[in-house]
Amino acid sequence: MTTALVSLKGIVKRYVRGKQRVQVLHGIDLEIHAGEFLALMGPSGSGKTTLLNLIGGIDRADEGDLLVAGQRINALSARQLAQWRARNVGFVFQFYNLMPLLTAEQNVELPLLMTNLTKAQRSANVKAALELVGLADRASHKPAELSGGQQQRVAIARALVADPTLLVCDEPTGDLDREMAEQILDLLQIVNREQRKTIIMVTHDPKAAERATRQLHLDKGRLPGSSLAA
Amino acid sequence: MRFFPLVWSNLWRKKARTIFTLLSIVIAFLLFGLLQGINTWMSTFGTASNANRLYVASRVSELQPIPSAYLGQILAVPGIRQSTYIAGFTGFYQEKRNTLVAFATDVKTFFDLYPEWRIAPEQLAAMSHTRAGAIVAAPLMRAFGWKIGDRLPLRTSVMKRDGSADWDFEIVGSYDVPTTPAEANRILVNYAYFDEARLLERGTAWAFVVAVDDPTRSAQICAAVDALFVNSASETVTQDEKAYVQGQLRQLGDVSLMANAIVAAVLFTLLFLTGNTMMQSVRERTPELAILKTVGFSDRSVTILVLIESVLLCVLAASLGLAAAAAVFPVTAALGMGGSGLPLKVVAFGLAMALVLALASGLPPAWRAQRLVIVEALAGR
Repeated sequence: MTTALVSLKGIVKRYVRGKQRVQVLHGIDLEIHAGEFLALMGPSGSGKTTLLNLIGGIDRADEGDLLVAGQRINALSARQLAQWRARNVGFVFQFYNLMPLLTAEQNVELPLLMTNLTKAQRSANVKAALELVGLADRASHKPAELSGGQQQRVAIARALVADPTLLVCDEPTGDLDREMAEQILDLLQIVNREQRKTIIMVTHDPKAAERATRQLHLDKGRLPGSSLAA
Repeated sequence: MRFFPLVWSNLWRKKARTIFTLLSIVIAFLLFGLLQGINTWMSTFGTASNANRLYVASRVSELQPIPSAYLGQILAVPGIRQSTYIAGFTGFYQEKRNTLVAFATDVKTFFDLYPEWRIAPEQLAAMSHTRAGAIVAAPLMRAFGWKIGDRLPLRTSVMKRDGSADWDFEIVGSYDVPTTPAEANRILVNYAYFDEARLLERGTAWAFVVAVDDPTRSAQICAAVDALFVNSASETVTQDEKAYVQGQLRQLGDVSLMANAIVAAVLFTLLFLTGNTMMQSVRERTPELAILKTVGFSDRSVTILVLIESVLLCVLAASLGLAAAAAVFPVTAALGMGGSGLPLKVVAFGLAMALVLALASGLPPAWRAQRLVIVEALAGR
C-alpha cells in the first residue's frame, strides 16, 4: 500500500457567524494517495469547500492533524504556509479568479513571482503551461477577451505552472456549459494521468464526478464512507 | 521589477479616478515647488551681508521718501567713506506678468558700494554718458533675450513730466552677483535722469546706502546720522545691512508663514484624497488580493505591493508637479520674486514629502490587505 499524500485525522472546523458558532466539519478522517483524482460531493453546506480549503492550506482546522506530503501544515506559520502553498498546491476556482487587468501569461506567471526563477525561466514555464492547456496563442489576451472555458484553462495553467504536488479544484465546471465543462474535465484527466498530479475536486455534478478515480460524499460535515469509481 | 506589471495595472484599474488623483497631486506639488522655491530664494537674502554697509531710511516707514539732499550731510559724518541714494519704481515690460523693479541711483557709486556686484568697466563707463541708460541683471537679460543696445520700454505708475508713465531706457550693460545670485534681479538707471524726468516726489529717495571705514564704529555712526535729522520733517533711522535686510525679511516672514500654511493645508488634504483612492482601490480588489495570497504571496508581500502602488502614484505625480514647477520657476525671476532655477533642496524636500504622503496614505489600505483572510475574501464576506 502506498503512503498517503494527504492525511486528515479528526479534522474539526468551526465558524462564528454573528453570534452563532457553527461546526462545519465533525472529525474528518481521510487519506488521499498520490496520483488520485478525488471527487468530493455533497449538498450545499455539507463542508466540501471548507475541507478543500483546509487541504489547500488557505484555512486552518480547529482540531485534528492534517499532513500533506509528510508536512504537518496546521503547524506552519502564516508565512511558511504561503511558501508551502506556492510550492505544493495549485488552485482552480469556479469563477476562474483571474486578475482582470493582467494578460493570460501575466496571470499564469503570478505563482512564479515569489520564486527565485529568472525572467527567462518564468517565461519558459508560462509558455509550457499555456501550451498544455492549448492557449499559447492567447497569451497576450486579457480575461475579458477570452471565453469562460478559455479563462478556466488559463486558471488551470496558473495552477500547474509551479509544478505543484496537488491540484485543488472548487467546482471547476460550475460556471461552464456542458461542452466547455467536458473540455475542462478532459484537461484535468490528462493532467492527472499524464502529469501524475493528485487532484481533489469539489463538484455538485455527478457527470463531472464520474471522471474522478474516487468519489466521496460529505454530509453535514461528516464522511460516511468512500467508494472507488468504476 | 518583476512585480511592476502587477502594480502598474492595479494603479490604472479606474483610469479616471487615477488621473484625477494624479492631477491633484501634480497641482499640489507644482504649488509646493513654486512657494517653497520662492521661500528658499528669499532666505538667501542677507546671508552675505556686508558689515561695512549702512542703510538710512525714513523713521516713519520704508515707503516714505526722504530728501536726496541729505546726501551731503551724510557724507560729512566722520567715518563715512561713501554714500548714494536709491529711488526707483516698478513697471512691466510688454505684459503685466513681466513685472520688473528698477533702482534709480548714482550707478558708479552704487557699484563702489556693492563690490560683489560684477560689471564690465566699459559698460559702467557707458552708463555715465548715457542718461537714459540701464544696467540689467544678467538673469533678466537671459530670461527676456535682451542684449546690449536694445531699447527697454517700461510701463510704470510713475508719471513723467510730459504726462506719460511710459519710460524708455537703453540697455548699456549687465551685472551679476556671483556670491548671492538671488540678488541679481534688478535694473539700475541713472538717478539724475529719473529724478529730472519724474513729475512727483522729485528730490527724494527711498533710502541711502552708506559705506563706513570701520564697522566696529557702526553704532556710533548710525546714531550720528540720525541725530542730523532729528526734529526735521523727515527723520531717519540708520541701521547696518544685516538689520536692514532682516527687517525686510520680517515682513516677508509673514508671506513665508502663509506659503507654508497653504502648502501644509494642501498636503494634508491630499493625504485624505490619496488615502481614499488607495482604500477604494484595495476594497475593490479584495478577491484579487485573496488570490495573490492563495498562490503564495505572503501577507508581507501583499502589504508591500499596496505600499509600492501608493509610492508610485505619489512620487510619479510629485515628480511631474516638481518638474512643472522647475519649468515655471524662471518666470518668477522675471517677476522679481524668485531665482532662475528651482533650488535642488526644494526638489529633494518635495520628493521626501511625496514619500511620506505615499506611506501615510498607503498604510491603512496596506494594513487592510495584510489582515485579509483568504476564505472570507473569496466568499465575498
